[in-house]
Amino acid sequence: MSTMTKEMSLLDPALVVPALKQSFVKLNPAKLIKNPVMFVTAVVALLSTLYTLTGAGGVDQGILFQITLWLWFTVLFANFAEALAEGRGKARADSLRGVKKETVAKKLPSLDSNDWREVSAPDLKQGDIIYCEAGDMIAADGEVIDGIASVNESAITGESAPVIRENGGDRSSVTGGTRVVSDWIKVKVTQKPGESFLDRMIALVEGAQRQKTPNEIALTILLVGMTIIFLIVVATLQPFAVYSGTSIPMPYLLALLVTLIPTTIGGLLSAIGIAGMDRLVKANVIAKSGRAVEAAGDIDTLLLDKTGTITFGNRMADEFFPLSGVGAEELARVAYLSSLSDNTPEGKSIVELAKRKYHITEGQHKRPVAEFIEFSAQTRMSGVNMEDGSEIRKGAEDAILKYVQTQGNVSSATISQCRIIVEKIAKSGGTPLVVTKDKNILGVVYLKDIIKPGIRERFATLRKMGIKTVMITGDNPLTAATIAAEAGVDDFIAEATPENKLAYIREEQAQGKLVAMCGDGSNDAPALAQSDIGLAMNDGTPAAKEAGNLVDLDSDPTKLIEVVMVGKQLLISRGSLTTFSIANDVAKYFAIIPALFLTAYPSLSALNIMGLSSPQSAILSAVIFNALVIIALIPLAIRGVNYKPMSASDLLRRNLLIYGLGGLIVPFIGIKLIDMILVAIGVA
Amino acid sequence: MISADIIQIIIYFTLLVALAVPLGLYMHSVFEGKQRWLKPIEGILYKIIGTDPEKEQRWTKYALCVLGFNLIGFLLLYAIMRLQHILPFNPADMGALSPDLAFNTAVSFTTNTNWQAYGGESTMSYFIQMMGLTVQNFVSAATGIAVAVAVIRGFVRKQMDTLGNFWVDLVRCTLYILLPLSFVAALFLVAQGVPQNLDPYATATTLEGAQQTIAQGPAASQIAIKQLGTNGGGFFSINSAHPYENPTPLSNLLQMLYILLIPVAFCFMYGRMAKDMRQGIAIFGAMAIIFVAAFSGTYLAEKAGNPLIADEISQMDGNMEGKETRFGVVNSTLWGVATTAASNGSVNSMHDSYTPLGGMIMLFLIMTGEVVFGGVGAGFYGMLLYVVLTVFLAGLMVGRTPEYLGKKIEGREVKLAVLAMLSMPVGILGLGCLSAVLPIGLESMQDQGPHGLSELLYAYSSATGNNGSAFAGYGAGTFYQNTMLGICMLLGRYAFIIPMLAVAGSLVAKKQTPPTSGTFPTHTTLFLGLLIGVILIVGGLTFFPVLALGPIAEHMAMLKGTTF
Repeated sequence: MSTMTKEMSLLDPALVVPALKQSFVKLNPAKLIKNPVMFVTAVVALLSTLYTLTGAGGVDQGILFQITLWLWFTVLFANFAEALAEGRGKARADSLRGVKKETVAKKLPSLDSNDWREVSAPDLKQGDIIYCEAGDMIAADGEVIDGIASVNESAITGESAPVIRENGGDRSSVTGGTRVVSDWIKVKVTQKPGESFLDRMIALVEGAQRQKTPNEIALTILLVGMTIIFLIVVATLQPFAVYSGTSIPMPYLLALLVTLIPTTIGGLLSAIGIAGMDRLVKANVIAKSGRAVEAAGDIDTLLLDKTGTITFGNRMADEFFPLSGVGAEELARVAYLSSLSDNTPEGKSIVELAKRKYHITEGQHKRPVAEFIEFSAQTRMSGVNMEDGSEIRKGAEDAILKYVQTQGNVSSATISQCRIIVEKIAKSGGTPLVVTKDKNILGVVYLKDIIKPGIRERFATLRKMGIKTVMITGDNPLTAATIAAEAGVDDFIAEATPENKLAYIREEQAQGKLVAMCGDGSNDAPALAQSDIGLAMNDGTPAAKEAGNLVDLDSDPTKLIEVVMVGKQLLISRGSLTTFSIANDVAKYFAIIPALFLTAYPSLSALNIMGLSSPQSAILSAVIFNALVIIALIPLAIRGVNYKPMSASDLLRRNLLIYGLGGLIVPFIGIKLIDMILVAIGVA
Repeated sequence: MISADIIQIIIYFTLLVALAVPLGLYMHSVFEGKQRWLKPIEGILYKIIGTDPEKEQRWTKYALCVLGFNLIGFLLLYAIMRLQHILPFNPADMGALSPDLAFNTAVSFTTNTNWQAYGGESTMSYFIQMMGLTVQNFVSAATGIAVAVAVIRGFVRKQMDTLGNFWVDLVRCTLYILLPLSFVAALFLVAQGVPQNLDPYATATTLEGAQQTIAQGPAASQIAIKQLGTNGGGFFSINSAHPYENPTPLSNLLQMLYILLIPVAFCFMYGRMAKDMRQGIAIFGAMAIIFVAAFSGTYLAEKAGNPLIADEISQMDGNMEGKETRFGVVNSTLWGVATTAASNGSVNSMHDSYTPLGGMIMLFLIMTGEVVFGGVGAGFYGMLLYVVLTVFLAGLMVGRTPEYLGKKIEGREVKLAVLAMLSMPVGILGLGCLSAVLPIGLESMQDQGPHGLSELLYAYSSATGNNGSAFAGYGAGTFYQNTMLGICMLLGRYAFIIPMLAVAGSLVAKKQTPPTSGTFPTHTTLFLGLLIGVILIVGGLTFFPVLALGPIAEHMAMLKGTTF
């Protein structure tokens, strides 16, 4: 999405001004009640306001006024945090909405007809067929059922290079809001009105349909529980104080309550969730639910396709292995000829290698080529027929053997020699390509799978995070094992079929593990649906996109790793801020308790270890600190706690040190500083 | 002097662990049904109860059986106390108990609290001591153990829906664990001089010529189970400070060992049940560290003595007020810390007379829910509650849905854990604060100022925490207090048991995720430290304000020369 919206600074007025406005709108009790901790804070602020207005609080009016003000600030700051997080999504949503507005569709009565009439996009139903030609905006999500076209999907993906969409195969899905730039396609609408990909994306980035995720719900329950405990603590404090011969002014008790209940995490909880989704959107991944993102953090097993994820999509010729009696240059020359018209990356790489290693150039070969034999699924060979009648073929070992044996003049010694080379190549993870001329085996070309640079390190990182990586490949087990070892994956599924992929996922899940995978083809759909996290590629089929719970707009399978990181970061941010929030209470007690009981037991002033100047300023400082810490932590909540992959123990030790120990110490310093400032400016 | 004390402590702790480890493994085999040497008796009991020992129960059924069994126990006990005057074995001719005292005592013994709002030798006949109190000493302990075993099963079983059979657990616990161990201890105590007879009270003429009634009776058998089952209800009013309950250093050592024996053994049984002994050792470690810290704190506070009276009474041996000279500071504080850690109501010194800080540490141990070893069973499932909370916080911080023993801790578990956690503040603060202001509650207050508040807090903590020991100095024998403290005991027992069984019921059905390096290990020192931190912070945040008004204020005042 980088081309659509630039990363907005948190201080960007375009974000801050509406967020400020929203902070007040969100005071609406119906909205506040969804956040119980902040609701309690708002009720306390209201009561405090009443005491300020009536003067019945029994405390200094100036102090009370300030306490009330800061209590309201506490609520407003929390609202502001949420609004700010939402605002970043809104900006994105608005630009998406712009895409959506003006679309008109050319609806066809049937597939065969070309007699379209214009209808507006929202009127399209599932199953309708629309016609889109160069310049048209595709009005709805659907599947190409006829034609081929290049489509500019930059509105959705931010990628400006057009992509090919055609019927059949794995590139048949189109998204509403994208534009056809050449040729035409007929599209069958697969979405229900108002439930398009674009709609979903808008809802997602806006956080409008945001539902609390399971961990968020559990955490909210814990926060509510703590709030109830502190309510009991504060409510019963008055009788105990009365027994002890003092009476605590109500406003002070209320202030104590707000400082004790977990307002920090309570105020930032939803901002963390919204910002987490936003980070995902920024990575160009669309989650169908927040639940999926959170579950990504729990992943135990990651299934990755070999091709395109672990290795470059295509294999490269690496070496020529001639049989005995054949010169290497001779083999290179024949292989070169066989590949001249072969436009596959493999073929090109053979030409490349022959040029590089044996300086074979086109000029050396004047003999005209009569016919190109393209690769076909039946023969599984390709090659050329020369004008002089000679036949050059290259292909997989078994196909070539079948081909040469029709002649019957191949010696078993040749075959066994060939087989030795083939096996050696297969064992080292390569793909052997046998080259023949006039049904004589000359040698074997070694096509090598090139592992993407850096992927091994990524897998090591994942292992550190406790995630097992599994490579899925169509290769035979031998080849698969070699590549698996080279790439550093923990396990592999060789000769993968949709069935054995599904079986593998089920087996992992039966052990209690959570499995993530990515896929694009329709045959991936069952496995995508079965896995706990299914990341579908945006250029995949509608079936795959429907089955997955995340869609990657960039169609980059390695994105799964990013998704896992975002999921973990989300949970870590929540846990760390909760710990911070609870740890803060220790200092607040040391500020407020001696202040409250000074008249009853003057000797309790020994607990005033911060040396706060007066009881009033101690309480006020604690309340102000409590409010300001929310503001101070907004950037952290929105950006997420810094997460580096490491083992759980190390991670815990680090976060405990920062947020646990930090949470104990920081408020002692903060409250003392505020107290000093209050005294210096003379307001307390 | 101090080095001798340290040696005593080391001997005690070594003996304790040396006995608890094999006992834990033995208990594991008992609850696995591998001990069958009393099979015929077991069979007869199952027939009487009418249960099929092979048939297991879901958590709801298990909880209903616990409640039903305890309700019947309560009603029987209440009835015989109200009818004491017409029942046999009553040589001292004691009359029926008042309804509120009978209610309080019946609740107290069925909930394994053993709070005693009465003096044993002046209130209870031999019949009630034996048929009522001793029986409940066994079955209330067995109930606690059974519940804890069921809760543990919830944590360690994979994808099942039952937690065991309450009747089977109850019977096996009593037959194979409590009875044999009590029998051995009773014999030992008799050998040490503890009475075990049904004779009427003896009358003696003292040297000054005064007449003294010397109470006696079937004490040894009740004392054995009172310690083993973390009951603590004394046969005599002053409990184990009474020379007949605790005559010798050896009887004192045995009783101290018995107080913590089963709670410590639970850690090792748990390790075996979880098929990962490290998990049990980690919990043992957390408990042991808090225990040693609490003991050291109390010991040092008592050793330091009371500066205010140092001129009149030597504080050389520490604060000896309310302590038996034969036990000294070390054995008194060790007993005090062990019993308050373990939900055992017995005393061999008067906690009321401890220094403010020494008393506060014991009070705080009760307030945290007695999870440092804790009551038989109760301490362990209490600790599991803290484990759930710790794991939830820590789990989030490592970026995964929190897991314990491979089971995900989710909303439902957190909700139930929070519910269970509420019982302590509701009982101690909620009901306790009424006694601080209502005239009817204030009647019980015998001391003024912060010390009076400490006594009140101790009474309500002891009741809610099902501890049963009294700070003394608090007139709890009124109609109001009998009733309120009875409610506290019910709250502390059942408002905790039911949510914890529900947690187990929810966990038992879950899959067990195999651990990876991304799962946060729950057997490391890091976890141990975190668990201790959570216990102290949750307890501290809840009770710091009232502790400030009670013992802390008293301590500060003491330093400034004021007493209450």
